[in-house]
Amino acid sequence: MTNPSLATDVAGRRVPGLGGFNLTVLKLEVRRLTRNRRTVIISVALPIVFFLLFGLNQAYDTQRAGHGNVAAFVMISLALYGAVLATTFGGAMVSIERSQGWSRQLRLTPLSPVAYIVIKVLTALVLGATSVAAVYIVGAVTGKASMSVGLWFGTGFSVWIGSLLFAAFGLFLGYLLPAENVMQLIGLILALLSFAGGLFIPVSQYPLAVQDVAKWTPLYGLNQLVHTPLLGNGVDWTWAVNVLAWLIIFAGGAIWRFRKDTARV
Amino acid sequence: MTHTSTSGVTPSARTAPLAVELSGVHKHFGHVHAVNGVNLQLTSGEIVAILGPNGAGKTSTIDIILGLSQADAGQVTVYGMEPRQAISRGLVSAVMQTGGLLRDLTVAETVEYMASLFAGSQDLGTVLRQAGITDIADRRVGKCSGGEQQRLRFALALLSNPELLILDEPTTGMDVEGRRGFWATIRKDAEQGRTVLFATHYLEEADDYADRIVLLRHGQIVADGTSAEIKAMSVGRTVRATLPGATEALLANMPGAETVEVRGETVFVQSTDSDATARYLLTQTAARDLEITARGIEDAFIALTGDTESGVTTTGASR
Repeated sequence: MTNPSLATDVAGRRVPGLGGFNLTVLKLEVRRLTRNRRTVIISVALPIVFFLLFGLNQAYDTQRAGHGNVAAFVMISLALYGAVLATTFGGAMVSIERSQGWSRQLRLTPLSPVAYIVIKVLTALVLGATSVAAVYIVGAVTGKASMSVGLWFGTGFSVWIGSLLFAAFGLFLGYLLPAENVMQLIGLILALLSFAGGLFIPVSQYPLAVQDVAKWTPLYGLNQLVHTPLLGNGVDWTWAVNVLAWLIIFAGGAIWRFRKDTARV
Repeated sequence: MTHTSTSGVTPSARTAPLAVELSGVHKHFGHVHAVNGVNLQLTSGEIVAILGPNGAGKTSTIDIILGLSQADAGQVTVYGMEPRQAISRGLVSAVMQTGGLLRDLTVAETVEYMASLFAGSQDLGTVLRQAGITDIADRRVGKCSGGEQQRLRFALALLSNPELLILDEPTTGMDVEGRRGFWATIRKDAEQGRTVLFATHYLEEADDYADRIVLLRHGQIVADGTSAEIKAMSVGRTVRATLPGATEALLANMPGAETVEVRGETVFVQSTDSDATARYLLTQTAARDLEITARGIEDAFIALTGDTESGVTTTGASR
Protein backbone atom coordinates (compact mmCIF):
# COMPACT_ATOMS: atom_id res chain seq x y z
CA MET A 1 0.00 0.00 0.00
CA THR A 2 3.01 2.27 -0.02
CA ASN A 3 2.36 5.37 -2.02
CA PRO A 4 5.45 7.57 -1.84
CA SER A 5 3.93 10.59 -3.53
CA LEU A 6 1.04 10.61 -1.11
CA ALA A 7 3.28 10.12 1.90
CA THR A 8 5.29 13.16 0.84
CA ASP A 9 2.14 15.10 0.27
CA VAL A 10 0.74 14.38 3.71
CA ALA A 11 3.94 15.45 5.39
CA GLY A 12 4.33 18.47 3.16
CA ARG A 13 0.98 19.90 4.20
CA ARG A 14 1.26 23.05 6.25
CA VAL A 15 -0.98 24.61 8.84
CA PRO A 16 -1.61 28.30 8.08
CA GLY A 17 -0.15 30.89 10.43
CA LEU A 18 -2.19 33.01 12.85
CA GLY A 19 -4.88 30.33 13.02
CA GLY A 20 -5.99 31.17 9.49
CA PHE A 21 -6.41 34.91 10.14
CA ASN A 22 -5.82 36.94 6.98
CA LEU A 23 -6.73 40.26 5.40
CA THR A 24 -8.75 38.72 2.56
CA VAL A 25 -11.28 37.44 5.05
CA LEU A 26 -11.33 40.77 6.86
CA LYS A 27 -11.97 42.57 3.56
CA LEU A 28 -14.81 40.22 2.64
CA GLU A 29 -16.36 40.44 6.11
CA VAL A 30 -16.34 44.25 5.99
CA ARG A 31 -17.89 44.11 2.53
CA ARG A 32 -20.60 41.79 3.82
CA LEU A 33 -21.37 44.07 6.74
CA THR A 34 -21.65 47.17 4.56
CA ARG A 35 -23.75 45.26 2.05
CA ASN A 36 -26.48 45.09 4.67
CA ARG A 37 -28.18 48.40 3.92
CA ARG A 38 -30.22 48.41 7.09
CA THR A 39 -27.12 48.08 9.23
CA VAL A 40 -25.35 50.92 7.44
CA ILE A 41 -28.36 53.24 7.55
CA ILE A 42 -28.95 52.66 11.24
CA SER A 43 -25.35 52.85 12.38
CA VAL A 44 -24.00 55.57 10.04
CA ALA A 45 -26.86 57.63 8.64
CA LEU A 46 -29.08 57.73 11.72
CA PRO A 47 -26.48 59.28 14.07
CA ILE A 48 -25.80 61.95 11.43
CA VAL A 49 -29.50 62.78 11.22
CA PHE A 50 -29.71 62.96 15.01
CA PHE A 51 -26.71 65.26 15.08
CA LEU A 52 -28.25 67.59 12.52
CA LEU A 53 -31.51 67.63 14.50
CA PHE A 54 -30.21 67.89 18.06
CA GLY A 55 -26.59 68.99 17.78
CA LEU A 56 -27.26 72.09 15.73
CA ASN A 57 -30.03 73.58 17.85
CA GLN A 58 -29.44 77.32 17.89
CA ALA A 59 -30.81 77.58 21.40
CA TYR A 60 -27.69 75.97 22.82
CA ASP A 61 -25.26 74.69 20.21
CA THR A 62 -22.61 77.37 20.71
CA GLN A 63 -22.85 77.44 24.50
CA ARG A 64 -19.63 76.52 26.21
CA ALA A 65 -19.17 72.98 27.47
CA GLY A 66 -15.79 72.40 29.13
CA HIS A 67 -13.02 72.98 26.56
CA GLY A 68 -15.50 73.17 23.69
CA ASN A 69 -19.19 73.78 23.05
CA VAL A 70 -22.47 71.94 23.29
CA ALA A 71 -22.47 71.00 19.61
CA ALA A 72 -19.15 69.18 20.18
CA PHE A 73 -20.60 67.49 23.26
CA VAL A 74 -23.63 66.23 21.32
CA MET A 75 -21.39 65.17 18.45
CA ILE A 76 -19.36 62.94 20.77
CA SER A 77 -22.57 61.41 22.19
CA LEU A 78 -23.96 60.61 18.77
CA ALA A 79 -20.64 59.29 17.48
CA LEU A 80 -20.72 56.91 20.43
CA TYR A 81 -24.30 55.97 19.59
CA GLY A 82 -23.34 55.16 16.00
CA ALA A 83 -20.19 53.31 17.00
CA VAL A 84 -21.92 51.04 19.50
CA LEU A 85 -24.67 50.28 16.97
CA ALA A 86 -22.01 49.39 14.42
CA THR A 87 -19.95 47.17 16.71
CA THR A 88 -23.02 45.46 18.18
CA PHE A 89 -24.32 44.71 14.69
CA GLY A 90 -20.88 43.51 13.65
CA GLY A 91 -20.61 41.13 16.58
CA ALA A 92 -24.18 39.92 16.28
CA MET A 93 -23.59 38.82 12.70
CA VAL A 94 -22.41 35.53 14.14
CA SER A 95 -26.08 34.67 14.68
CA ILE A 96 -26.64 34.81 10.91
CA GLU A 97 -23.56 32.70 10.30
CA ARG A 98 -24.74 30.14 12.80
CA SER A 99 -28.23 29.92 11.36
CA GLN A 100 -26.91 29.49 7.80
CA GLY A 101 -24.49 26.74 8.79
CA TRP A 102 -21.47 28.84 7.92
CA SER A 103 -19.93 28.42 11.38
CA ARG A 104 -20.03 24.68 10.91
CA GLN A 105 -18.47 24.98 7.45
CA LEU A 106 -15.67 27.08 8.92
CA ARG A 107 -14.90 24.29 11.37
CA LEU A 108 -13.91 22.20 8.38
CA THR A 109 -11.16 24.72 7.57
CA PRO A 110 -7.94 25.58 9.41
CA LEU A 111 -9.53 28.77 10.78
CA SER A 112 -9.21 28.68 14.56
CA PRO A 113 -12.17 29.83 16.64
CA VAL A 114 -10.06 32.56 18.23
CA ALA A 115 -8.95 33.89 14.84
CA TYR A 116 -12.58 33.92 13.79
CA ILE A 117 -13.56 36.03 16.80
CA VAL A 118 -10.67 38.41 16.14
CA ILE A 119 -11.91 38.84 12.56
CA LYS A 120 -15.45 39.51 13.81
CA VAL A 121 -14.25 42.13 16.30
CA LEU A 122 -12.02 43.88 13.75
CA THR A 123 -14.86 43.91 11.22
CA ALA A 124 -17.12 45.49 13.82
CA LEU A 125 -14.42 48.07 14.59
CA VAL A 126 -14.10 49.03 10.92
CA LEU A 127 -17.79 49.89 10.76
CA GLY A 128 -17.52 51.55 14.17
CA ALA A 129 -14.74 53.78 12.83
CA THR A 130 -16.91 54.66 9.86
CA SER A 131 -19.74 55.72 12.18
CA VAL A 132 -17.44 57.92 14.27
CA ALA A 133 -15.78 59.44 11.21
CA ALA A 134 -19.13 60.14 9.56
CA VAL A 135 -20.52 62.03 12.56
CA TYR A 136 -17.25 63.91 13.08
CA ILE A 137 -16.99 64.90 9.42
CA VAL A 138 -20.56 66.23 9.47
CA GLY A 139 -19.69 67.98 12.74
CA ALA A 140 -16.68 69.63 11.11
CA VAL A 141 -18.43 70.54 7.87
CA THR A 142 -21.43 72.16 9.59
CA GLY A 143 -18.94 74.30 11.50
CA LYS A 144 -20.75 74.56 14.84
CA ALA A 145 -18.90 71.95 16.89
CA SER A 146 -15.88 73.55 18.48
CA MET A 147 -12.98 72.07 20.39
CA SER A 148 -9.21 71.80 19.96
CA VAL A 149 -7.75 69.60 17.23
CA GLY A 150 -6.30 67.35 19.89
CA LEU A 151 -9.76 66.87 21.38
CA TRP A 152 -11.31 66.07 18.03
CA PHE A 153 -8.89 63.19 17.59
CA GLY A 154 -8.70 62.26 21.27
CA THR A 155 -12.45 61.98 21.79
CA GLY A 156 -13.00 60.32 18.42
CA PHE A 157 -10.40 57.70 19.22
CA SER A 158 -11.83 57.15 22.72
CA VAL A 159 -15.31 56.61 21.32
CA TRP A 160 -13.99 54.15 18.77
CA ILE A 161 -11.94 52.09 21.23
CA GLY A 162 -14.76 52.29 23.77
CA SER A 163 -17.17 50.75 21.27
CA LEU A 164 -15.16 47.51 21.60
CA LEU A 165 -17.27 46.89 24.70
CA PHE A 166 -20.26 46.56 22.42
CA ALA A 167 -18.52 44.27 19.96
CA ALA A 168 -18.43 41.86 22.91
CA PHE A 169 -22.10 42.63 23.58
CA GLY A 170 -22.97 41.88 19.95
CA LEU A 171 -21.06 38.60 20.00
CA PHE A 172 -22.85 37.61 23.20
CA LEU A 173 -26.26 38.36 21.68
CA GLY A 174 -25.28 36.71 18.41
CA TYR A 175 -24.38 33.48 20.13
CA LEU A 176 -27.36 33.67 22.48
CA LEU A 177 -30.24 34.51 20.18
CA PRO A 178 -31.59 33.18 16.90
CA ALA A 179 -30.88 35.25 13.80
CA GLU A 180 -34.48 36.23 13.05
CA ASN A 181 -34.79 38.28 16.20
CA VAL A 182 -31.36 39.54 17.00
CA MET A 183 -31.02 42.47 14.59
CA GLN A 184 -34.42 43.97 15.42
CA LEU A 185 -33.77 43.52 19.09
CA ILE A 186 -30.44 45.33 18.96
CA GLY A 187 -31.93 48.57 17.66
CA LEU A 188 -34.42 48.59 20.50
CA ILE A 189 -32.00 47.57 23.24
CA LEU A 190 -29.41 50.14 22.20
CA ALA A 191 -32.00 52.92 22.00
CA LEU A 192 -33.03 52.15 25.58
CA LEU A 193 -29.43 51.87 26.75
CA SER A 194 -28.58 55.14 25.01
CA PHE A 195 -31.36 56.96 26.85
CA ALA A 196 -30.30 55.37 30.12
CA GLY A 197 -26.65 56.15 29.45
CA GLY A 198 -27.34 59.82 28.77
CA LEU A 199 -26.42 59.83 25.09
CA PHE A 200 -29.58 61.65 24.06
CA ILE A 201 -30.50 63.52 27.23
CA PRO A 202 -28.06 64.19 30.09
CA VAL A 203 -28.75 61.75 32.92
CA SER A 204 -28.73 64.69 35.34
CA GLN A 205 -32.05 65.83 33.87
CA TYR A 206 -33.83 62.60 34.88
CA PRO A 207 -35.66 62.18 38.19
CA LEU A 208 -33.29 61.04 40.92
CA ALA A 209 -34.76 57.54 41.09
CA VAL A 210 -34.19 57.09 37.36
CA GLN A 211 -30.65 58.48 37.69
CA ASP A 212 -29.85 55.85 40.30
CA VAL A 213 -30.85 53.09 37.94
CA ALA A 214 -29.29 54.71 34.86
CA LYS A 215 -25.86 54.77 36.46
CA TRP A 216 -25.75 50.98 36.43
CA THR A 217 -26.49 50.61 32.72
CA PRO A 218 -23.72 49.70 30.26
CA LEU A 219 -23.55 52.90 28.24
CA TYR A 220 -23.47 55.24 31.22
CA GLY A 221 -19.86 54.78 32.26
CA LEU A 222 -18.57 54.74 28.71
CA ASN A 223 -20.52 57.88 27.80
CA GLN A 224 -19.12 59.71 30.81
CA LEU A 225 -15.56 58.60 30.04
CA VAL A 226 -15.56 59.64 26.38
CA HIS A 227 -16.77 63.14 27.32
CA THR A 228 -14.13 63.57 30.01
CA PRO A 229 -11.43 65.06 27.74
CA LEU A 230 -13.89 67.70 26.50
CA LEU A 231 -15.38 68.55 29.89
CA GLY A 232 -12.06 68.36 31.75
CA ASN A 233 -13.91 67.59 34.95
CA GLY A 234 -11.88 64.57 35.98
CA VAL A 235 -12.75 60.89 36.03
CA ASP A 236 -15.10 59.32 38.53
CA TRP A 237 -13.80 55.86 39.34
CA THR A 238 -17.32 54.43 39.23
CA TRP A 239 -17.43 55.10 35.47
CA ALA A 240 -14.38 52.93 34.91
CA VAL A 241 -15.85 50.25 37.17
CA ASN A 242 -19.08 50.37 35.17
CA VAL A 243 -17.22 49.82 31.87
CA LEU A 244 -14.99 47.10 33.29
CA ALA A 245 -17.88 45.24 34.91
CA TRP A 246 -19.93 45.26 31.73
CA LEU A 247 -16.91 44.22 29.69
CA ILE A 248 -16.48 41.21 31.96
CA ILE A 249 -20.18 40.39 31.67
CA PHE A 250 -20.35 40.75 27.88
CA ALA A 251 -17.03 39.11 27.08
CA GLY A 252 -17.65 36.36 29.63
CA GLY A 253 -21.11 35.75 28.20
CA ALA A 254 -19.75 35.69 24.66
CA ILE A 255 -16.99 33.24 25.61
CA TRP A 256 -19.47 31.03 27.46
CA ARG A 257 -21.89 30.85 24.53
CA PHE A 258 -19.08 30.59 22.00
CA ARG A 259 -17.62 27.60 23.86
CA LYS A 260 -21.00 25.97 23.88
CA ASP A 261 -21.43 26.65 20.18
CA THR A 262 -18.09 25.24 19.09
CA ALA A 263 -17.97 22.36 21.55
CA ARG A 264 -17.53 18.98 19.96
CA VAL A 265 -20.70 17.24 20.98
CA MET B 1 21.10 10.95 -2.10
CA THR B 2 17.77 10.31 -3.73
CA HIS B 3 16.19 9.83 -0.34
CA THR B 4 17.19 13.16 1.13
CA SER B 5 13.87 14.64 0.13
CA THR B 6 12.09 12.43 2.61
CA SER B 7 14.41 13.26 5.49
CA GLY B 8 11.98 15.77 6.92
CA VAL B 9 9.11 13.34 6.76
CA THR B 10 7.83 12.07 10.05
CA PRO B 11 8.03 8.30 10.52
CA SER B 12 4.28 7.87 10.50
CA ALA B 13 3.93 9.69 7.20
CA ARG B 14 6.71 7.70 5.57
CA THR B 15 4.83 4.48 6.10
CA ALA B 16 1.80 5.88 4.24
CA PRO B 17 -0.73 6.00 7.05
CA LEU B 18 -4.30 4.92 6.52
CA ALA B 19 -6.59 7.67 5.32
CA VAL B 20 -8.95 6.89 8.16
CA GLU B 21 -8.66 4.52 11.05
CA LEU B 22 -11.47 4.04 13.55
CA SER B 23 -11.08 1.44 16.24
CA GLY B 24 -13.70 0.61 18.81
CA VAL B 25 -15.49 3.92 18.33
CA HIS B 26 -18.60 4.53 20.41
CA LYS B 27 -20.90 7.51 20.53
CA HIS B 28 -24.00 7.99 22.65
CA PHE B 29 -26.68 10.65 22.43
CA GLY B 30 -28.66 10.21 25.59
CA HIS B 31 -30.05 6.70 25.44
CA VAL B 32 -29.29 6.30 21.75
CA HIS B 33 -26.14 4.35 20.97
CA ALA B 34 -25.51 6.12 17.66
CA VAL B 35 -22.13 4.52 17.00
CA ASN B 36 -21.59 1.18 18.64
CA GLY B 37 -18.06 -0.14 18.35
CA VAL B 38 -17.14 0.77 14.81
CA ASN B 39 -13.82 -0.43 13.40
CA LEU B 40 -13.04 1.00 9.99
CA GLN B 41 -9.89 1.39 7.96
CA LEU B 42 -9.77 3.34 4.72
CA THR B 43 -6.73 3.12 2.49
CA SER B 44 -5.81 5.81 0.01
CA GLY B 45 -7.57 5.91 -3.31
CA GLU B 46 -10.68 3.99 -2.27
CA ILE B 47 -14.22 5.10 -2.96
CA VAL B 48 -16.19 3.85 0.00
CA ALA B 49 -19.91 4.11 0.66
CA ILE B 50 -21.37 4.08 4.13
CA LEU B 51 -24.79 2.65 3.49
CA GLY B 52 -27.55 2.40 5.99
CA PRO B 53 -31.05 3.46 6.84
CA ASN B 54 -31.76 6.81 8.46
CA GLY B 55 -30.57 6.70 12.03
CA ALA B 56 -28.02 3.95 11.40
CA GLY B 57 -25.17 6.19 12.55
CA LYS B 58 -23.83 7.37 9.19
CA THR B 59 -23.71 11.07 9.97
CA SER B 60 -22.47 10.46 13.52
CA THR B 61 -19.60 8.41 12.15
CA ILE B 62 -18.73 11.08 9.59
CA ASP B 63 -18.87 13.84 12.19
CA ILE B 64 -16.39 11.89 14.30
CA ILE B 65 -14.02 11.47 11.35
CA LEU B 66 -14.28 15.21 10.65
CA GLY B 67 -13.63 16.13 14.27
CA LEU B 68 -16.99 17.89 14.54
CA SER B 69 -18.00 15.37 17.12
CA GLN B 70 -16.01 13.64 19.84
CA ALA B 71 -16.18 9.87 20.24
CA ASP B 72 -17.12 8.66 23.71
CA ALA B 73 -14.66 5.79 23.37
CA GLY B 74 -12.22 4.43 20.80
CA GLN B 75 -9.42 5.73 18.61
CA VAL B 76 -9.85 8.03 15.63
CA THR B 77 -7.01 8.98 13.33
CA VAL B 78 -7.01 10.62 9.92
CA TYR B 79 -3.72 10.23 8.04
CA GLY B 80 -2.22 9.23 11.36
CA MET B 81 -3.29 12.42 13.14
CA GLU B 82 -6.13 13.83 15.13
CA PRO B 83 -9.03 14.81 12.84
CA ARG B 84 -8.65 18.50 13.66
CA GLN B 85 -4.96 18.43 12.68
CA ALA B 86 -5.78 16.79 9.38
CA ILE B 87 -8.40 19.48 8.73
CA SER B 88 -5.91 22.24 9.56
CA ARG B 89 -3.57 20.83 6.93
CA GLY B 90 -6.30 20.72 4.32
CA LEU B 91 -6.02 16.92 4.08
CA VAL B 92 -9.72 16.35 4.54
CA SER B 93 -12.74 18.23 3.35
CA ALA B 94 -16.42 17.55 3.23
CA VAL B 95 -19.54 18.42 1.30
CA MET B 96 -22.50 18.62 3.61
CA GLN B 97 -26.12 18.04 2.71
CA THR B 98 -27.45 21.54 3.15
CA GLY B 99 -26.46 24.95 4.45
CA GLY B 100 -22.88 25.96 4.99
CA LEU B 101 -23.04 28.95 2.68
CA LEU B 102 -23.52 32.66 3.31
CA ARG B 103 -26.35 34.09 1.26
CA ASP B 104 -24.96 37.62 1.15
CA LEU B 105 -21.61 36.70 -0.43
CA THR B 106 -21.20 36.11 -4.14
CA VAL B 107 -20.05 32.75 -5.47
CA ALA B 108 -16.57 34.09 -6.24
CA GLU B 109 -16.30 35.79 -2.84
CA THR B 110 -17.24 32.58 -1.09
CA VAL B 111 -14.49 30.72 -2.92
CA GLU B 112 -12.00 33.52 -2.21
CA TYR B 113 -12.95 33.55 1.48
CA MET B 114 -12.49 29.81 1.94
CA ALA B 115 -9.32 29.67 -0.15
CA SER B 116 -7.67 32.33 1.99
CA LEU B 117 -7.98 30.12 5.07
CA PHE B 118 -5.71 27.34 3.83
CA ALA B 119 -1.93 27.34 3.77
CA GLY B 120 -2.06 26.37 0.11
CA SER B 121 -5.06 26.30 -2.15
CA GLN B 122 -5.77 25.74 -5.80
CA ASP B 123 -6.09 28.49 -8.38
CA LEU B 124 -9.50 30.11 -7.90
CA GLY B 125 -10.29 30.46 -11.59
CA THR B 126 -9.52 26.80 -12.16
CA VAL B 127 -11.69 25.73 -9.25
CA LEU B 128 -14.62 27.81 -10.49
CA ARG B 129 -14.21 26.39 -13.98
CA GLN B 130 -13.95 22.78 -12.82
CA ALA B 131 -17.10 23.15 -10.77
CA GLY B 132 -18.88 24.77 -13.70
CA ILE B 133 -19.72 27.96 -11.81
CA THR B 134 -17.63 30.51 -13.70
CA ASP B 135 -20.78 32.00 -15.24
CA ILE B 136 -22.40 32.62 -11.89
CA ALA B 137 -19.24 33.83 -10.12
CA ASP B 138 -20.72 37.27 -9.43
CA ARG B 139 -24.11 36.03 -8.33
CA ARG B 140 -25.12 36.21 -4.68
CA VAL B 141 -25.24 32.74 -3.15
CA GLY B 142 -28.78 33.40 -1.94
CA LYS B 143 -29.89 33.80 -5.56
CA CYS B 144 -28.33 30.51 -6.72
CA SER B 145 -30.43 27.40 -7.32
CA GLY B 146 -30.01 24.32 -5.14
CA GLY B 147 -27.92 22.62 -7.80
CA GLU B 148 -25.67 25.67 -8.21
CA GLN B 149 -25.18 25.85 -4.47
CA GLN B 150 -24.25 22.19 -4.39
CA ARG B 151 -21.67 22.78 -7.13
CA LEU B 152 -20.28 25.66 -5.07
CA ARG B 153 -20.03 23.40 -2.00
CA PHE B 154 -18.18 20.90 -4.11
CA ALA B 155 -15.80 23.61 -5.38
CA LEU B 156 -15.12 24.69 -1.79
CA ALA B 157 -14.38 21.12 -0.78
CA LEU B 158 -11.73 20.83 -3.49
CA LEU B 159 -9.99 24.14 -2.69
CA SER B 160 -7.33 22.62 -0.45
CA ASN B 161 -6.81 19.72 -2.85
CA PRO B 162 -7.73 17.28 -0.07
CA GLU B 163 -6.49 13.71 0.06
CA LEU B 164 -9.81 12.61 1.50
CA LEU B 165 -13.18 13.93 0.40
CA ILE B 166 -16.19 13.15 2.57
CA LEU B 167 -19.71 13.48 1.23
CA ASP B 168 -22.74 13.23 3.49
CA GLU B 169 -25.80 12.25 1.44
CA PRO B 170 -24.39 14.36 -1.39
CA THR B 171 -27.18 13.92 -3.91
CA THR B 172 -30.16 14.49 -1.64
CA GLY B 173 -32.62 16.66 -3.51
CA MET B 174 -30.96 16.20 -6.90
CA ASP B 175 -32.86 14.82 -9.83
CA VAL B 176 -31.64 11.71 -11.64
CA GLU B 177 -29.77 13.79 -14.21
CA GLY B 178 -28.06 15.90 -11.58
CA ARG B 179 -27.14 12.82 -9.60
CA ARG B 180 -25.56 11.15 -12.60
CA GLY B 181 -23.59 14.28 -13.47
CA PHE B 182 -22.43 14.65 -9.89
CA TRP B 183 -21.10 11.11 -9.72
CA ALA B 184 -19.38 11.44 -13.08
CA THR B 185 -17.46 14.39 -11.60
CA ILE B 186 -16.60 12.49 -8.43
CA ARG B 187 -15.46 9.45 -10.41
CA LYS B 188 -13.20 11.58 -12.58
CA ASP B 189 -11.85 13.26 -9.51
CA ALA B 190 -11.19 9.98 -7.71
CA GLU B 191 -9.17 8.75 -10.66
CA GLN B 192 -6.54 11.32 -9.69
CA GLY B 193 -6.06 9.29 -6.51
CA ARG B 194 -8.36 11.06 -4.10
CA THR B 195 -9.98 8.95 -1.41
CA VAL B 196 -13.73 9.39 -1.26
CA LEU B 197 -16.04 8.41 1.58
CA PHE B 198 -19.73 9.00 1.12
CA ALA B 199 -22.80 8.29 3.17
CA THR B 200 -25.98 7.37 1.40
CA HIS B 201 -29.26 5.65 1.88
CA TYR B 202 -29.60 5.01 -1.84
CA LEU B 203 -28.67 1.39 -2.45
CA GLU B 204 -28.06 1.96 -6.13
CA GLU B 205 -25.74 4.85 -5.45
CA ALA B 206 -23.57 2.67 -3.26
CA ASP B 207 -23.79 -0.21 -5.71
CA ASP B 208 -22.93 1.88 -8.77
CA TYR B 209 -20.25 4.22 -7.49
CA ALA B 210 -18.43 2.69 -4.54
CA ASP B 211 -15.47 0.30 -4.69
CA ARG B 212 -16.43 -0.81 -1.25
CA ILE B 213 -19.61 -0.70 0.79
CA VAL B 214 -19.77 -0.47 4.54
CA LEU B 215 -23.19 -1.44 5.76
CA LEU B 216 -24.26 0.20 9.01
CA ARG B 217 -27.15 -0.83 11.15
CA HIS B 218 -27.96 0.49 14.61
CA GLY B 219 -24.48 2.00 14.85
CA GLN B 220 -22.69 -1.23 13.97
CA ILE B 221 -20.99 -2.41 10.81
CA VAL B 222 -22.94 -5.45 9.63
CA ALA B 223 -21.08 -5.92 6.36
CA ASP B 224 -17.97 -4.50 4.73
CA GLY B 225 -16.87 -5.44 1.24
CA THR B 226 -17.28 -4.90 -2.46
CA SER B 227 -20.73 -4.70 -3.91
CA ALA B 228 -20.34 -8.25 -5.26
CA GLU B 229 -19.18 -9.56 -1.90
CA ILE B 230 -22.13 -8.00 -0.14
CA LYS B 231 -24.53 -9.47 -2.66
CA ALA B 232 -22.92 -12.88 -2.22
CA MET B 233 -23.50 -12.70 1.52
CA SER B 234 -27.13 -13.19 0.78
CA VAL B 235 -26.83 -16.62 -0.84
CA GLY B 236 -29.34 -18.08 -3.17
CA ARG B 237 -31.46 -17.18 -6.16
CA THR B 238 -35.08 -16.66 -6.91
CA VAL B 239 -36.85 -19.22 -9.13
CA ARG B 240 -40.08 -18.06 -10.69
CA ALA B 241 -42.44 -20.17 -12.75
CA THR B 242 -46.04 -20.32 -13.94
CA LEU B 243 -47.84 -23.27 -12.36
CA PRO B 244 -51.65 -23.32 -12.36
CA GLY B 245 -53.21 -24.86 -9.27
CA ALA B 246 -50.05 -24.69 -7.13
CA THR B 247 -50.26 -24.30 -3.38
CA GLU B 248 -47.51 -23.33 -0.97
CA ALA B 249 -48.02 -26.46 1.10
CA LEU B 250 -47.66 -28.70 -1.93
CA LEU B 251 -44.30 -27.19 -2.94
CA ALA B 252 -42.77 -26.63 0.50
CA ASN B 253 -40.63 -29.74 0.38
CA MET B 254 -39.10 -29.09 -3.02
CA PRO B 255 -35.32 -29.54 -3.21
CA GLY B 256 -33.46 -26.34 -2.37
CA ALA B 257 -36.56 -24.36 -1.44
CA GLU B 258 -36.15 -21.86 1.36
CA THR B 259 -39.46 -20.09 1.01
CA VAL B 260 -42.30 -20.60 -1.42
CA GLU B 261 -44.80 -17.97 -2.36
CA VAL B 262 -47.76 -18.43 -4.69
CA ARG B 263 -49.40 -15.42 -6.32
CA GLY B 264 -52.22 -16.52 -8.61
CA GLU B 265 -50.65 -18.88 -11.10
CA THR B 266 -47.13 -17.71 -10.42
CA VAL B 267 -44.77 -19.42 -7.98
CA PHE B 268 -41.80 -17.63 -6.39
CA VAL B 269 -39.21 -19.85 -4.72
CA GLN B 270 -36.23 -18.53 -2.77
CA SER B 271 -33.75 -21.30 -3.35
CA THR B 272 -30.34 -22.24 -2.06
CA ASP B 273 -29.99 -24.72 -4.94
CA SER B 274 -31.72 -23.18 -7.92
CA ASP B 275 -30.68 -26.00 -10.29
CA ALA B 276 -32.37 -28.65 -8.16
CA THR B 277 -35.43 -26.48 -7.67
CA ALA B 278 -35.73 -25.81 -11.38
CA ARG B 279 -35.18 -29.47 -12.28
CA TYR B 280 -37.90 -30.51 -9.86
CA LEU B 281 -40.36 -27.93 -11.13
CA LEU B 282 -39.80 -28.80 -14.79
CA THR B 283 -39.77 -32.58 -14.40
CA GLN B 284 -42.18 -33.25 -11.54
CA THR B 285 -44.77 -30.51 -12.10
CA ALA B 286 -46.51 -28.76 -14.98
CA ALA B 287 -44.48 -25.57 -14.40
CA ARG B 288 -43.60 -23.43 -17.42
CA ASP B 289 -42.04 -20.00 -18.22
CA LEU B 290 -39.34 -20.69 -15.65
CA GLU B 291 -36.91 -17.87 -14.67
CA ILE B 292 -33.92 -17.87 -12.36
CA THR B 293 -32.61 -14.54 -11.01
CA ALA B 294 -29.79 -13.68 -8.64
CA ARG B 295 -30.76 -11.62 -5.66
CA GLY B 296 -29.94 -7.93 -5.90
CA ILE B 297 -28.18 -5.78 -3.39
CA GLU B 298 -31.55 -4.77 -2.05
CA ASP B 299 -32.27 -8.36 -1.06
CA ALA B 300 -28.81 -8.56 0.43
CA PHE B 301 -29.44 -5.41 2.37
CA ILE B 302 -32.72 -6.64 3.75
CA ALA B 303 -31.20 -10.01 4.58
CA LEU B 304 -28.28 -8.37 6.39
CA THR B 305 -30.14 -5.71 8.29
CA GLY B 306 -33.32 -7.65 8.81
CA ASP B 307 -35.17 -4.36 8.48
CA THR B 308 -37.79 -4.48 5.81
CA GLU B 309 -39.06 -1.08 6.89
CA SER B 310 -35.50 0.12 6.84
CA GLY B 311 -35.86 3.51 5.22
CA VAL B 312 -33.27 2.47 2.66
CA THR B 313 -34.56 3.17 -0.77
CA THR B 314 -33.66 2.53 -4.32
CA THR B 315 -33.27 5.51 -6.58
CA GLY B 316 -36.47 4.76 -8.42
CA ALA B 317 -38.60 4.28 -5.35
CA SER B 318 -37.46 7.45 -3.69
CA ARG B 319 -38.64 9.83 -6.36
